[in-house]
This record gives sequence, C-alpha cells and structure tokens, in this order.
Amino acid sequence: MIASAIAWLDLSPRAMLFLVLLGAVLLIAPFIANDYLLTVLILILYFAYVGQAWNIMMGFAGQLSLGHALYVGLGAYVSAVLFTRYGVGPWIGVLPAMATAVTCGAAIGFLAFRFRVAGVYFAILTIAFAEFARIGFDHLDFVNASAGLFLPVAQYAHNDLWRLRGSPAMFYYVILAATVLALLICRLLLRSRIGYLWLAIREDEVAARAAGIATFRYKMYAVMISAAVTSFAGVFYAFFYNNLFPEQVFNISRSIEIILGTIIGGIGTLFGPILGAFVLTGLAEALNSAMGHFGLDLPGAKQVFYGICLLLVVMARPHGLWPWLAQRIGVAEPRK
Amino acid sequence: MTALLSLQNVSKRFRGLVAVDQVSFDVPEGMIYAVIGPNGAGKTTLFNLIAGAMVPDAGSITFAGARIDCLSADAVCRRGLARTFQLVRPFPALTVEDNVVVGALLHRRDVASARERAHDLLRRLDLSDKRGQIAATLTLPDRKRLEVARALATEPKILLLDEVMAGLRPTETDRMVAILRELNRKSGLTILLIEHVMRAVMALASHVVVLDHGTMIAQGAPDVVVRDPAVVQSYLGAEAG
Repeated sequence: MIASAIAWLDLSPRAMLFLVLLGAVLLIAPFIANDYLLTVLILILYFAYVGQAWNIMMGFAGQLSLGHALYVGLGAYVSAVLFTRYGVGPWIGVLPAMATAVTCGAAIGFLAFRFRVAGVYFAILTIAFAEFARIGFDHLDFVNASAGLFLPVAQYAHNDLWRLRGSPAMFYYVILAATVLALLICRLLLRSRIGYLWLAIREDEVAARAAGIATFRYKMYAVMISAAVTSFAGVFYAFFYNNLFPEQVFNISRSIEIILGTIIGGIGTLFGPILGAFVLTGLAEALNSAMGHFGLDLPGAKQVFYGICLLLVVMARPHGLWPWLAQRIGVAEPRK
Repeated sequence: MTALLSLQNVSKRFRGLVAVDQVSFDVPEGMIYAVIGPNGAGKTTLFNLIAGAMVPDAGSITFAGARIDCLSADAVCRRGLARTFQLVRPFPALTVEDNVVVGALLHRRDVASARERAHDLLRRLDLSDKRGQIAATLTLPDRKRLEVARALATEPKILLLDEVMAGLRPTETDRMVAILRELNRKSGLTILLIEHVMRAVMALASHVVVLDHGTMIAQGAPDVVVRDPAVVQSYLGAEAG
C-alpha cells in the first residue's frame, strides 16, 4: 500500500527525499520546539492550509477571491455556536460548518457567474460578501454580536482530540494533518479531469467554452470546494483561539493574509502555498520577536513587512518562489 | 444528401451596422465548404453566430436536425461543432499536449485515455515533437495547428476553421491543406472554413460562399464563383484580373 502511494505521488527520488526529511522534521517538531515556536509553526501551517484552499479557486480555476475570510468566519462561527450552545463537538460541527460555507460560496458564485461578473468585479463582489458578514455578525445577538463568542477554556489534564480541547501540540498535529490532507486533495484535483478543465478556464475562458467546457458549472465547483476546504480552517481557528469577534475574523485584512503566502510561494502550484506560508509567516514572526527583543513596539510593522515581501516577489519572481526554488533544487513540478 | 448545418436568413446587427444580413446556405455532411469575402464582410461574425459565441437577431441555425442558435458556445461544441479562432487562443501556460488533452476530455472521463487521443492527434498534426512545450512559446504556424488539434480532440462532426492558413508560408499551407483533406477523406469530417488564401480554398473546397457587407453575393463551385463578376469586383479584384 505504501509502495502504491509512493507510485501515485509520482515524485522524483530527490523530491521524495526532501519530502521525507521535511515530514520527519515536522513530525518531531513538538518534542524539540518550545511553546512559542510551536505556536508559530501552528500559525504557519494554518496559513499553508488556507492558502491551499484559496489556491483551488484562484490558482487552478482562475477566480480571484478577496473575501475568503467569509468562509473561515462561517466555519468558525457555525462550529463554535454548535459547541457552546448545543454541545456539538467540532468533528460533527465541521459538517454544518462546511455546508454553510459551501452554500454561501454557491450563492456568490451563482450571482457572479450567472450575471457574468468577472475579474476585478468578481473580486469586489467577494469582498462585499465578506463585509456583509462582518457587519451582519456584528449585530447578530444570537452569536453575541460585537461582544464576541467565547469557547470555555479550562486546564485539561489530557488532550481531548474528539472535542479539540488540549495542548498546543495536539492542535499542531491536527493542522499538520489537515495541511497534508489538503495537499493530497489539491494534487488529486489538479491531476484529474476537473483540474484540466479548471486550468483551461483559468487560461482562456472563451477558448474553454469553445472546447465544450460548461464553464459555469466548473467555476461553481471551484468556489464550492474551495469554500468547503477553507471552512475547516475556521473550525480550527475557533477551537484554537477560543474567541471570535466579527470585526476580526471577517476583516478584509484576514482575507489578504490568506492569499499573501500563496502569491509569494506561487499561485497555481502545489507546494507554493506551503512554501509561501513558511517564508512569510516565519519571517514575520521572526521580525516580531526580534523587535520584542529590542523593546521596539511599532504597530503595523507586520503589514509593512508583508508589503515589502510582496513587492520583492512580484518584481523578482512574479510566478512565486516555489517554481524558482523547485528548479534550483531539481524537484520541479510538471508545469501546469 | 442531407444538410448537416443549415442557415436560414441569419442576421446580426451591431448598433447601426448590419454585420450579417439574411444569410442562408446548407452544408451537407462530409463536404468541405469555404466562406470568402473581403475584410469586414461578416465572415467571423457568421462563425460566432454558428458556434454560439453570439446570438443571431433573426433567422435560424440548424445542426444535425436541431436548432442551435439559442445554445451557448459550450453546448454547441458538445453537440459536435468545434471551431478555431482567427486570432489563435491556445491555453498559454499549458503544454501543447495538455491543450489537446483538455479538448479530448469533453467526451472522456479519464485523463489517461484523453492523453492517448491527444498523442494521436498531435502526431497527425505534426506536433508530436513539441508536445512538452508550453503553448505560449510556439510559433504562429504551430499555434494554428494546435488550435486545429484541440478542436478535433472534441470529436466534432463539423469543424469551423477561421483563417487557419493566414500567416503560413506556401509549404505550410500545402501541409495544412493535405492534413485537412485527409481528415475529410478518412473520417468523413465536414469542414466549413473562412479563408483568404485562395490557393487553399481552390484546393480544398467543393463549394464556396461569398460574403460582402454581410450579404451573400454568390455561392457555388469554386471555379465558377471566382469568375462571377460581382465576386471579382468586390473581393478578388486585381488579384483575379
């Protein structure tokens, strides 16, 4: 079974070696990293996960969403409400959470694709819906409106994986598994029929239609799958941070953070979102801790740093760091 | 012979301009038809109407016995009518092979068999040795052939070719003519082509439709049409004189 899994991965020996080494380091990380470093790693993997989810829509199908915080927020709120009010655990709650996100994604997609809202206008529409949600949840008493929703925090004697209550190490392994799973899903999608049709739509929608592709339907699939994958990040967010404020989770800056890593790593590539998350979040946290070390307190320094990173990458490596790095270390993905 | 494609009084207006004016003709199954005419005669608009990229203001288009003038471009293609674009539109970042695989996936569920079909077509269109190249890096003649390969991959009953010879050198034109003729002869593929290269039109088409200012001014066998005074005056002009 392992042999067939390796064959399915279809990687060069060198790429396999890198993957095994990386996997080993990530697996033992909680035993060697301190709490702070572990929290940073969780944050990195979180962005690697949502970056991949966003990449399905933008990198594969070419539909620019600038409102992915909507799906994170919906996933977070649905699962948190179910947990705090009805005692429904996260692994059950994730299903209605996904269903809600998919429904919203489908509604936005339907409106946009049915009425030919494309490109920049589509991106604006996605921002608009995330903003609706932010303002709406801010006034929704059922979820405590702007006062925020809190999950009960207590000292846990042991990790309760089923209820996602426990130590950072447990959360680390959960988000690591989710990131790996997302990678496998992305690879499966990209190499299957739907992946080719998405790439065709991304490259030239008119030509895709002329080749018989029902572009409306496949763009809908892209939004819905991306929303579903993203919503799990929301569930994770809620249970890891234990507090939700509409002003924070639905904020447009959240949507921007989701996509930055993928842009820097390489839109449309499989490992780009993961590499981008490590580079961007890793460096930003390093900067943060260095500034803390020197007693500097500069609000907005992280945003400026993100801006500089984006600028550098767009100017020097417009296709992202991963295609360039992969070439350098000899593990290039077949170009898609 | 029954008509595979039939146009009845098809018209299209852009604001004040009548681009296509009451055009009617039939394309029988298994034939190669050509549409000729000066620039701006409405040839590409006519193709866009047939292929579902635009909706006609009046008239009807029937394909294989069913009306297609209300269908979208992708639905028309699924019925078995494939087209190429005058200004070629390959999927630029994909490889030559993957471009054709996309077309072949229309009637195939699994990528492996679509890839097999793509290999076959790339061989037929002399693109086998370039199949790993990114489409954006191809030369114009290769891109034109790629357009034809991708269209053929959708397994059409009729192929609409919009100026696939334009910009090709005479030897390349002859090669394209030979490929198209073979496709027509071996698999009975019906072809409707817009063409300026008269050398190709005369070699391929059994029937020519001439458009001028959106109206059909003549149709018939190529050697008869090129001697028609109206055609000579509006289109061929000095070239024929």
